[in-house]
Amino acid sequence: MTSHAATGPIDHHQDVTTSTGIPNKKLLMWAFLASDCMFFGTLISTHLIYRLHPPAGNPVPRDVFDVPLTSFSTFILLMSSLMMALAVNAIQKGNLRSMRFSLLTTAFFGSIFLGCQVWEFWHFVYEKHMTITNSILGTTFFTLTGTHGTHVLIGVIWLMSMYFYSFTGRLTEKQAIDVEMMGLYWHFVDIVWIVIFTAVYLLEYL
Amino acid sequence: MEATVKSHFITEQPKTPSKPLVLWRPTAKTGFVSWLTTVDHKRIGFLYGAFALFFFLVGGIEALLIRTQLMFPNNTVLTAQQYNTMFTMHGTTMIFLAVMPLGAAFFNFVMPLQIGARDVAFPRLNAFSLWTFLAGAIIVNIGWFGPILEKILGASNGMQGAPNAGWFGYAPLTAKQYIASHSVDYWVMGLQLLGVASIAAALNFIVTIINLRAPGMTMMRLPVFTWMTLVTSFLIILSFPAITIALVELMMDRQFGTNFFEVSNGGMPILWQHLFWVFGHPEVYILILPAMGIVSEILPTFSRKPLFGYPIVVFSGACIGFLGFAVWSHHMFTTGMGTVATAAFALATMAIAVPTGVKIFNWIGTIWGGHLQMRTPMMFALGFIWMFMIGGFSGIMHSAAPADAQQQDSYFVVAHFHYVLIGGSIFALLGGIHYWFPLIFGRKVSEFWGKVSFWVVFVGFNVTFFPMHFLGLNGMPRRTFTYDGNMGWNTANLISSLGAYTLGIGILIYFIAMIYTYYKGEKVGRDPWDGRTLEWSIKTSPPPEYNFAVTPTVHARDAFWYEKHHSDEIAKETAEHAKEEGAHGGIHMPFQSIYPLVASTGILIGSFAVSALNSNPAPGIHVKLGLAIFGLIVMLTGVYLWSLEGADGYHIHLDKDGNILEDEPAASHH
Repeated sequence: MTSHAATGPIDHHQDVTTSTGIPNKKLLMWAFLASDCMFFGTLISTHLIYRLHPPAGNPVPRDVFDVPLTSFSTFILLMSSLMMALAVNAIQKGNLRSMRFSLLTTAFFGSIFLGCQVWEFWHFVYEKHMTITNSILGTTFFTLTGTHGTHVLIGVIWLMSMYFYSFTGRLTEKQAIDVEMMGLYWHFVDIVWIVIFTAVYLLEYL
Repeated sequence: MEATVKSHFITEQPKTPSKPLVLWRPTAKTGFVSWLTTVDHKRIGFLYGAFALFFFLVGGIEALLIRTQLMFPNNTVLTAQQYNTMFTMHGTTMIFLAVMPLGAAFFNFVMPLQIGARDVAFPRLNAFSLWTFLAGAIIVNIGWFGPILEKILGASNGMQGAPNAGWFGYAPLTAKQYIASHSVDYWVMGLQLLGVASIAAALNFIVTIINLRAPGMTMMRLPVFTWMTLVTSFLIILSFPAITIALVELMMDRQFGTNFFEVSNGGMPILWQHLFWVFGHPEVYILILPAMGIVSEILPTFSRKPLFGYPIVVFSGACIGFLGFAVWSHHMFTTGMGTVATAAFALATMAIAVPTGVKIFNWIGTIWGGHLQMRTPMMFALGFIWMFMIGGFSGIMHSAAPADAQQQDSYFVVAHFHYVLIGGSIFALLGGIHYWFPLIFGRKVSEFWGKVSFWVVFVGFNVTFFPMHFLGLNGMPRRTFTYDGNMGWNTANLISSLGAYTLGIGILIYFIAMIYTYYKGEKVGRDPWDGRTLEWSIKTSPPPEYNFAVTPTVHARDAFWYEKHHSDEIAKETAEHAKEEGAHGGIHMPFQSIYPLVASTGILIGSFAVSALNSNPAPGIHVKLGLAIFGLIVMLTGVYLWSLEGADGYHIHLDKDGNILEDEPAASHH
């Protein structure tokens, strides 16, 4: 943000240059996430509606899903949120080294999640013979989880970009908002996954 | 940070300037490059307006072709296919490429001035919205040039024709087996880009209005136009995702063979209708709320009174926005949703008439007992109230589901929504152009030609669309390219078409008057209408790049009116604040940037590849994939360089007359 006095601690929760005290970037990200909620809401609704009207020959979700594996990747993604929070905390204290470690770990956990998803997709297509074209379940499942996976991928790229950027010396405590904004995005993508995990996977076992 | 506009008078001291991580920093203030790299909200607003008016004329020509075809029974001016293309492109163009961007033009130009800001919160994101809007407009319209493109790219690419599946794109009409050519792909891709552009712009406006208000500009002191900008922006960010996902699903169906709307594999076409109208109905309010905001500015100014019932007008606007999400299924009463759903949506639709009626009574309350000045903007505003009410009345008739079952897909509906969209949105926007023309160009449109254009438009509009009520009730269906001579529809159709030409002449007079005024019109100074809001307080029109020499302090709802009646107090306060701002480093201006344009260009290239190129026969997929990846790379390059150059800027200092004294380039700004 602009205009923190040269001396004195930086207040990361109050930006004196804006009318509300909320940093512009934070407000932008919150508004974007509201919009992104509607994107995922539409996709999840599509899945839930079609779930109620399975045509003959549609794969049975319980036969396809591998809940232990998905539970594992869900856990990993949740842990990545912890590391993300630590990264934001570190940069707000000006601790670059700690932030870099947390950023890398977050991206690493995100990559594990993506790896699990790639394996899961491969497994579904070649072992369970559910493809994006051959059934409505495949259509909604791959589109929804694929969209989420794309969000995670963008997040990982963003994390790594921030990691490398931190070596230019331009990322200091004053730019903590840039990391915090990325953190908001990352937490949101995690929360959406909790909803998807519940609505797409766990719901089938009720 | 791009938050360059201060609510408080604190600016950072330029510290050790770090080397800019940037390849090229454009500095041109005039000329072509300066327009491509501009981040000034006023220039961006002007460009939005220019593109919107161009597409308004294109959409108008499409409308005249439709009316020419329908002038006589069994007419053969257009083939059925061409007619489908015309009504599809007329609807799509008018909604997404004319009325919405014209609203965005005013949001951009006027809103930051009304809240006392020096720019929007994210100037480069604003430029990105503009260029992505243009990319979407190009993709939607690229089908017109299909035959030429085919010659360039090789025959039988299936490119011929602009989109022709209706602006609503109902599944499964849009499925590959019914429309194999790329016309639907252009429509799908173009609308997605327009959605991205609209959402990016709306996010920017939300942050700007919430965070960049001048000191003292509380939310309940915001001019009503700014309030409606805020409500509209929320509608955009919450409703566009629904259509974007619907379009993605349709694109997946067409490009990758998924089953979202494929009945034989369990897809349900009704889903498209729900998703489309979950967006489509809030979209109606996206089109009308800015118009209501403009009218709420014009009426008080020319009635010489404050707006009657300001808090209620604001609350009603928010209420309309909120209820707008709960009425989408009234577009689908005849789809057999069941009694409960139908009754619920009918009730919600009737409920929305309440805040709308409240607004109308407040506008009447505003002009009641005022010293009315019948200037051109006022004529359009009064015309708006009257015409919008007629459209509102027929709207209420539709809200009753049994009545709607009779009116569905008839010309009665066409009459209804043209009364709210032309008599409503367009009247207000045309009035808004007249109203703010002196601010934007420093010249005033001739009252005589302004009023002539108003009356010709007014008469032409009513002659065109009023007979359609009768046509509809007599059973004439929408979207049919011709009709038989013995249906009893001949006279009304002829009158309607003659009215359309009159309307066209009215718009022509309007535009000629505008263009004449731009070059030769009467020059006016500051505040020609004796206005009430901050945009008129700027000393010179057009406003300087930095907007306000000194950030204003707001003491009352009609901020500028207060300033005019407390000039001594304000002069003292301004002098103090000028000193403070000067001591804190002067006025901060953001650097121009080419990278938003680069990112949008990449998006344009990628979308062209995906929507226009065939993946069959086999070699086609390489061209398509290659070009799409190239577009992605260009976009990512733009985005990364955009991030790396940072939101730096420079500082300027002004003398007493607002002339720029010195530039302090490259002051680091983190």
